[in-house]
Amino acid sequence: MDTNGATTSSAAGGGSTSTSDSSLLSKKNSKKPQYSRFTQQELPACKPILTPGLVITTFTIIGIIFIPIGLVSLSASEHVVEIVDRYDEGCVPPNYSNDKLAYIQSSRTNKSCTRTLSVPKLMKSPVFIYYELDNFYQNHRRYVKSRSDKQLRSKAYERETKNCDPQAVSLDAPIVPCGLIAWSLFNDTYGFFVKSKMLEVNKKNIAWDSDKEHKFGSDVYPKNFQTGGLIGGAKLNSTTPLSEQEDLIVWMRTAALPTFRKLYGRIEEDLQANEQITVVIQNHYNTYSFGGKKKLVLSTTSWIGGKNDFIGIAYITVGGLCLFLAVNFILLYVIKPRALGDPSYLSWNRSPAGNPN
Amino acid sequence: MDSKIPVENLFSIEPVLSSSSRRSISTHSKASSGNSIREVNFSDLGSKPVRYGSHGAESETYSMSQKEINDEDARLVQINDPVKTNERFEFAGNSIRTGKYSILTFLPRNLFEQFHRVAYIYFLVIAVLNQLPQLAVFGRGASIMPLAIVLLVTAVKDAYEDYRRHRSDTIENNRLASVLVNDHFQQKKWKNIQVGEIIKIHANETIPCDMVLLSTSDPTGVAYVQTINLDGESNLKTRYAKQETVLKITEKEKIAGLIKCEKPNRNIYGFQANMEIDGKRVSLGPSNIILRGCELKNTAWAVGVAVYAGRETKVMLNSSGAPSKRSRLETHMNSEIIFLSLFLIALCTVVSVCAAVWLRRHRDELDYLPFYRRKDFSEAEEENYNYYGWGLEIFFTFLMSVIVFQIMIPISLYISMELVRVGQAYFMIRDTQMYDESSDSRFQCRALNINEDLGQIKYVFSDKTGTLTENKMEFQCASIWGVDYSGGKATSQDQEDGYFVEVDGKVLRPKMKVKTDPELLQIAKNGKETKDGCHVHDFFLALAACNTIVPLILDTPDPIVKLIDYQGESPDEQALVYAAASYGFMLIERTSGHVVIDIQGVRQRFNVLGLHEFDSDRKRMSVILGFPDQSVKVFVKGADTSMFSVMDRSMNINVKRITEAHLYSYSSLGLRTLVVGMRELSTSEFDDWHSAFEAASTALMGRASLLRKVASNIENNLCILGASGIEDKLQQGVPEAIESLRTAGIKVWVLTGDKQETAISIGYSSKLLTSKMTQIIINSNSMESCRKSLEDAIIMSKKLTTISGNINNTGGTLGTVLTPVALIIDGTSLVYILDSELEERLFQLACNCSVVLCCRVAPLQKAGIVSLVKKRTVDMTLAIGDGANDVSMIQMADVGVGISGQEGRQAVMASDFAMGQFRFLVTLLLVHGHWNYQRMGYMILYNFYRNAVFVLVLFWYVLFTCFTLTTAITEWSSVLYSVIYTSVPTIVVGILDKDLNRRTLLKYPQLYGAGHRQECYNKRLFWITMIDTFWQSAVAFFIPLLAYWGGTIDASSIGDLWTLAVVILVNLHLAMDVIRWNWITHVAIWGSIIATFICVIIIDAIPTLVGYWAIFEIVKTGKFWLCLLAIIVAALIPRFVVKVLYQLYTPCDVQIAREAEKFRTLSESAAVEIEMNPILDPPRR
Repeated sequence: MDTNGATTSSAAGGGSTSTSDSSLLSKKNSKKPQYSRFTQQELPACKPILTPGLVITTFTIIGIIFIPIGLVSLSASEHVVEIVDRYDEGCVPPNYSNDKLAYIQSSRTNKSCTRTLSVPKLMKSPVFIYYELDNFYQNHRRYVKSRSDKQLRSKAYERETKNCDPQAVSLDAPIVPCGLIAWSLFNDTYGFFVKSKMLEVNKKNIAWDSDKEHKFGSDVYPKNFQTGGLIGGAKLNSTTPLSEQEDLIVWMRTAALPTFRKLYGRIEEDLQANEQITVVIQNHYNTYSFGGKKKLVLSTTSWIGGKNDFIGIAYITVGGLCLFLAVNFILLYVIKPRALGDPSYLSWNRSPAGNPN
Repeated sequence: MDSKIPVENLFSIEPVLSSSSRRSISTHSKASSGNSIREVNFSDLGSKPVRYGSHGAESETYSMSQKEINDEDARLVQINDPVKTNERFEFAGNSIRTGKYSILTFLPRNLFEQFHRVAYIYFLVIAVLNQLPQLAVFGRGASIMPLAIVLLVTAVKDAYEDYRRHRSDTIENNRLASVLVNDHFQQKKWKNIQVGEIIKIHANETIPCDMVLLSTSDPTGVAYVQTINLDGESNLKTRYAKQETVLKITEKEKIAGLIKCEKPNRNIYGFQANMEIDGKRVSLGPSNIILRGCELKNTAWAVGVAVYAGRETKVMLNSSGAPSKRSRLETHMNSEIIFLSLFLIALCTVVSVCAAVWLRRHRDELDYLPFYRRKDFSEAEEENYNYYGWGLEIFFTFLMSVIVFQIMIPISLYISMELVRVGQAYFMIRDTQMYDESSDSRFQCRALNINEDLGQIKYVFSDKTGTLTENKMEFQCASIWGVDYSGGKATSQDQEDGYFVEVDGKVLRPKMKVKTDPELLQIAKNGKETKDGCHVHDFFLALAACNTIVPLILDTPDPIVKLIDYQGESPDEQALVYAAASYGFMLIERTSGHVVIDIQGVRQRFNVLGLHEFDSDRKRMSVILGFPDQSVKVFVKGADTSMFSVMDRSMNINVKRITEAHLYSYSSLGLRTLVVGMRELSTSEFDDWHSAFEAASTALMGRASLLRKVASNIENNLCILGASGIEDKLQQGVPEAIESLRTAGIKVWVLTGDKQETAISIGYSSKLLTSKMTQIIINSNSMESCRKSLEDAIIMSKKLTTISGNINNTGGTLGTVLTPVALIIDGTSLVYILDSELEERLFQLACNCSVVLCCRVAPLQKAGIVSLVKKRTVDMTLAIGDGANDVSMIQMADVGVGISGQEGRQAVMASDFAMGQFRFLVTLLLVHGHWNYQRMGYMILYNFYRNAVFVLVLFWYVLFTCFTLTTAITEWSSVLYSVIYTSVPTIVVGILDKDLNRRTLLKYPQLYGAGHRQECYNKRLFWITMIDTFWQSAVAFFIPLLAYWGGTIDASSIGDLWTLAVVILVNLHLAMDVIRWNWITHVAIWGSIIATFICVIIIDAIPTLVGYWAIFEIVKTGKFWLCLLAIIVAALIPRFVVKVLYQLYTPCDVQIAREAEKFRTLSESAAVEIEMNPILDPPRR
């Protein structure tokens, strides 16, 4: 305080500069926090408040959007034509019906089985062929881990089988592809006949391109596969690289849920309504040991995927609920309005005796 | 500060007050004895040694130093013989290392320290469990990563801090000091100084280690040191060398001796030792030691012997961190954490029991089950593959589920909370409205973990001096020989410049100007001609001489003008000396042997023949001056009670009466009073005193009491010269601040050492007391009378509160404080009440009162009162103070706030938060406290929710995988979920979200009640949140499940869907609750969602992982997007509906205020705001 006065009274020439210096210095040395909107927590901000109008609008909009989506989904699902045939029991000869396990495990029994399906509606091509397994826990921890993605990808990692037990090595040589998943590869086959004319089943491009190109190596050939004491499922042609073994690729993309479908192939011609399709099934796959079901599914597809009404119903329900809520809020607003931000509602204004002390 | 307690305690007679002061007889000695008993009790409780005033400590150590120091507990220092000193015990060298680590020890030590936290241990245990092959749920990398990230970040931070410490250590260690080597002083680096060496310090140099003073440039051995680095006190302290050694050094004799001193300890105000020199034993006390870090001032040189060096110096022993406390919210949170742990255990139990049942059911099939395959046929001998039998399988399943569900315990919450608190602290520190211009001090956050407690304070305990008042003492008026001079208001023209003297062409001017009374000034100028003039002369001479003030001459830019700055430990003394200077009695120089006072332009030198320092028993100090005309006079100044008891009874009784009346009127104005007396000593009296004084000051045993006795003998039959009134001004904005706090429902208690009238008058001026209030005053001096007055008071207060309640019910006065009862209680009564069964009654009574004012309380009683309240309620307490006498109270309270004011920094050092002004408390509590509480409360709940929702989604899936803990969500996503996907928004919102703006909070202090009512975090909210969590997780899991049931979906694809759904869901949940959307919030929330997409894409682009390319395949389908939308809407609807209903139909105050803020319905009362603003938030730009 006195310093300024002193400087001005001193040397006239240097006076002004020294004052500015000192003020600059004091500014620099001051611990005063710099003002900014950020440090003062005063950044421009939007403060949304749930006004009745906003709430009602929100619910109405949700309702208006959801119900049509639900209807569209439902109709899409309705347009999907699906034929499901469970054959695991029907394909067991009656004399083995008490000992299905013996039937399926024996190498001498006749495994082929003929089923007849009728087409309920016109099925436009492509018609997708799926096999559906039930009660097969492809997501079981032991099972999921029992694979070697490195080995599948490149020949160089052929010996990378540490997660593959108990299907890692056989006769002191690594199994390619190793692990339980590959070992249990599904091996039923289907032949389709319409009026004794065989339907072409396209088994190409049933797996994801990404898997074929990057995940399964084109230089990896099956080796030592299904040579152990216990055969789990299909054998693989050891002259075809893994990247072209599309059944394996599809199988190895393990299903999320215990009931799942896997793409088997496509029929690339329309199936007319009321046509009878004869399916010749080679019933090799053992689901009898764990009480699993096997189903053959023929299905067309839509933008929503296969036949599943759940999405449509869910959307209609949620949309309906929102509209219902919107109506209720309108009623509430009309019957019992509250002026927003009215200070008379503040607790200390409402009850004078209600002093917090 | 040191002087403050003494001065406050000076007053000991309570003038009989009209209202209801019963049985008011001074019993201060009893009070202090009571204190000392409590002191023992308390120090057992307290975590840190606390000092309650240097004088007390000194006299204590004086008496202690007489005791033998045990040889085992002592360190022996051979003066000037470092070799011999160090041969037996390896004393620490003087090099210091504040750095914690060296390059070699960094890794192990840093890790060791980090793992002191429970959170990290939990992380570690989980990570280690996961390394067991049987339990390897996650891959190695994924399981260690979160821990590794946290450890790495902390380690880098620690390493950087340590590097800076090392650098400053090196600079410090290489400083030079002159050390006596072979009888010559040589320059030596600090780090090479050893205990026992003799070191010479020159003026303005820093002291390199703790040394016992041997000699100084002053012939009497006085040295002045500045201890600002040690305790922040900027005034000079006097330290003494012993006469025995002073001569030796000055006569260049070779010095040898043995110092026996206590082991190194951290008490910077205590030292006890004795020195054997020439066969004599001399005892040493705290005033004989100068400590590392201090600076020598006003003394050309000083020589001392090093006794503690390096890390054993007191300053190093004291350099410990801030106190750590635990916030209330965190304590509450812990019970919920326990619940979550139980829930985690329950989930794990469910999983393992189900797994056991499944295994049991399929026990016959397990060998061949394609997805189980218990038997390994590849070897010749069939054996079980990865199967460990029933018990172990179940046990492993349990442990694995702990690993998978680990984030149920929100460990990341602890880390987020720390970050959020740092952010909140940043904003509190940067708040321009809590910056104090006058002391250039920002707000300081010393304890980082109790920010949110600021939002729930119910009791504020405030010191008065320096906290409510500025503690800038200002001389206001004087009563001299029965004449009151209090017309200081009028200032004539020439007083603008203040008084100054010219010496050798140089102008000397006191640094501070004092308002002067023109009449008194005139009398003072006229000199000793009249009788009045004579008295005035003596009075001001006493003011100028009878003190321990050291004048410092400061240069100004103008070479002719010099400023005199009076440095001293007592602001009262400073004020008196400045006042004397303004009236023409300017203290120019002080050494231990003489003072030079410029009296009306004439320099006079007085020999200081003796000085009796202040002590709390005598409550006065005296100085014996030898006048140039060979006469000897003793000047005494002290508290009124102690002074009137030693006055000359033959003195004019009229003057005494008038002076007493003046004293009473001064103290009712809130002034601090001191009485000044004088006596001329005859030669024989002086000789008697001199020999007694000499004997006492060289006595080995009981020196303190001997000195006291000598002082009491000479301080009698005084002629009272007059009394002074010093004003301690109220700080800016204090009344408004107290008003706001009270409106906010906070009880303000004032605890002061001042006397009752002063306290009451300050109470009125600070609006703590109003004329509407009924005062209940309790001054008792026995247990029984205390009991009786307390019981009477309780009955009275009950009656009053019920009556006023009735009035309010019928009359309906809006918004007034209901119970206008003020309790005023003094320290003497508290002696009987605290720690006895009467505590309970006092608490009852205090609860009925809206104001409690405790006067004349000792420091430990302050802590006692705080603990009285703290023990009996769950409410939060806050103590605010500025002096060392508040330290115990600050440490006792839940939240301690220190005012960085005039009285040094002990309060600040002990506090959790420190600031410059009392009024910032309003901003701190009502604004920042409210925000912090709201943010932290929400953040904790949200973190519980966000982790639980994820865990539940994992759990639901486990139910569909034979209970085998497969996760569809990739392990990397599981790990990144709480690290990247959802952590940033909650931290940002925890730091930045504001429910109300500052202006509204200050305008309606009642909004603070949200914290009192625990609106933001309570059990009910926790359970609602948990139910909501349950619903949301179910929606997020089951919608995709049902939509894809029996489809071709693979685990990775649906896992990606679940990941994205949960992340978007929790982020939108947060978005729904954000109150203020600024750009940072937008970036954080939307950025997190985008970051999640990016991470999922990156993870799915790694061909060796199972889920390769899954996300690209699934986003191509419409079903994915439909599921996502349905999940988000369906999951959030219940919460939204409840929130809307709650906000619209049972709005809380905060909600209404928020609406009002938005729709500006509050603008009609803007006038009030403008009126309040200049004080509460003065424009700072």
